[in-house]
Amino acid sequence: MSLETFWRYVPSLISGFEVTILCWAAGGALGLALGFAIALLYRLRLPPLRWALRTFVEIFRGTPFLMQLFLLYSGGPYIGLRLSATAAGILGLGLYSSAYFAEIFRGGFAAVPVGQIEAALSVGMSPFDTLRRVILPAALIAAVPPMVNLLIVLSKETVVLSIITVPELMYQMQTMAAETFTAFDAIFAMAIFYWLLVEAVSRLGRRVERRVTAFMTEEARPA
Amino acid sequence: MRPQVILHSFGYLTQAAGVTLALSLAGILLGFLVGSAVCVARVSPRPWASWLGGVYVSVFRGVPLLVLLLFIYYFLAEFGLDVPAVAAAVGGLALSSGAYQSEILRGALNATPKGQAEAAVALGFATSDIWRRILLPQAFRLSIPPLINEFILLLKASSLVSVVGIAELTRVSMNIASLTYRPLEAYVGGGLFYLAINLGLAAVGAYAEKRLATGAAR
Repeated sequence: MSLETFWRYVPSLISGFEVTILCWAAGGALGLALGFAIALLYRLRLPPLRWALRTFVEIFRGTPFLMQLFLLYSGGPYIGLRLSATAAGILGLGLYSSAYFAEIFRGGFAAVPVGQIEAALSVGMSPFDTLRRVILPAALIAAVPPMVNLLIVLSKETVVLSIITVPELMYQMQTMAAETFTAFDAIFAMAIFYWLLVEAVSRLGRRVERRVTAFMTEEARPA
Repeated sequence: MRPQVILHSFGYLTQAAGVTLALSLAGILLGFLVGSAVCVARVSPRPWASWLGGVYVSVFRGVPLLVLLLFIYYFLAEFGLDVPAVAAAVGGLALSSGAYQSEILRGALNATPKGQAEAAVALGFATSDIWRRILLPQAFRLSIPPLINEFILLLKASSLVSVVGIAELTRVSMNIASLTYRPLEAYVGGGLFYLAINLGLAAVGAYAEKRLATGAAR
């Protein structure tokens, strides 16, 4: 492929990259919020609710992401859920990651020493204040490393959205490859690009992680 | 929703689940070989070997599996190599899983106390015997639960090989969806199969973890 031909595809590739970032950010944010809500509700200790949340988490962790996307995108209209590909992709990423985020937050809550909670209650803090000032800060910090990890995994999962025709980078690249008969060059470039992207995101993530857990001693820091 | 659709296609789904299971099993076993080799390279005292091992892990964990699978597919086509799609798919799964498995094995190896290897050296064990009799048995034991976990992840990731046209669980669900015009039932049916397999594997993992916890090197 000549450089000239490639040049004509640059705008579509850039727009694809924007969609990739959008899906990642929106899907990740949705998953984070949903997962946090699930973990909080789980603390209520209502058996039927717990059972329902557990089932939700097991279903989304036990089935492939691609399957969930198909169900949402082509099965959704049959139950009145008509979504554009991008909306389905973002919702799918959000639901899928929420199950993993919920487990991360649950682990974070479990990492808060019971003695601290008892102490807070015994000095007269309200349950809400105990949650806000004692439990949450400690739980969230314990949850940072696996959260960073999951966000990195999610950045790779956005590629799967191309299968349900979300116009993200992979989709645009495949369109270009099909129109210019350059499948191998295109996929080679994609492999290099995603490798660099994931590597950069991982390094950035590790730095954020070290910053947030900087006050901890070396042994207390989660591996 | 008409559950009959799932019942009618039960035979196809069962068969497809078998294909998914076989693909993942082949991928995890080959991946174990790859992972062991990469792990040995990474803990090697030779700087170039450990550097190469590190690059392998970084590349194969960094490139999304879908990109990797298509890359292998087009790579074989570009150079005119006539490799069946199934072999390409299993190869892709194994290369990717190998990177993750090497990290699992390395973690397990690091978890075996250093003093044991030192004691073995002091007692005059040969290097090969230290590996064969002291390090590997313990490392393998420690890595079984995370390896089962990796198997679950790989089984889910294997749904991506449907894009190269292999009739595994996801592909067959797609076919049922387009044949019956009932995507909801088809994907719920396929999903139930994945769920059943994975819950079974998770139970095996939990059992293994409990069994191996008793009498582990701690």
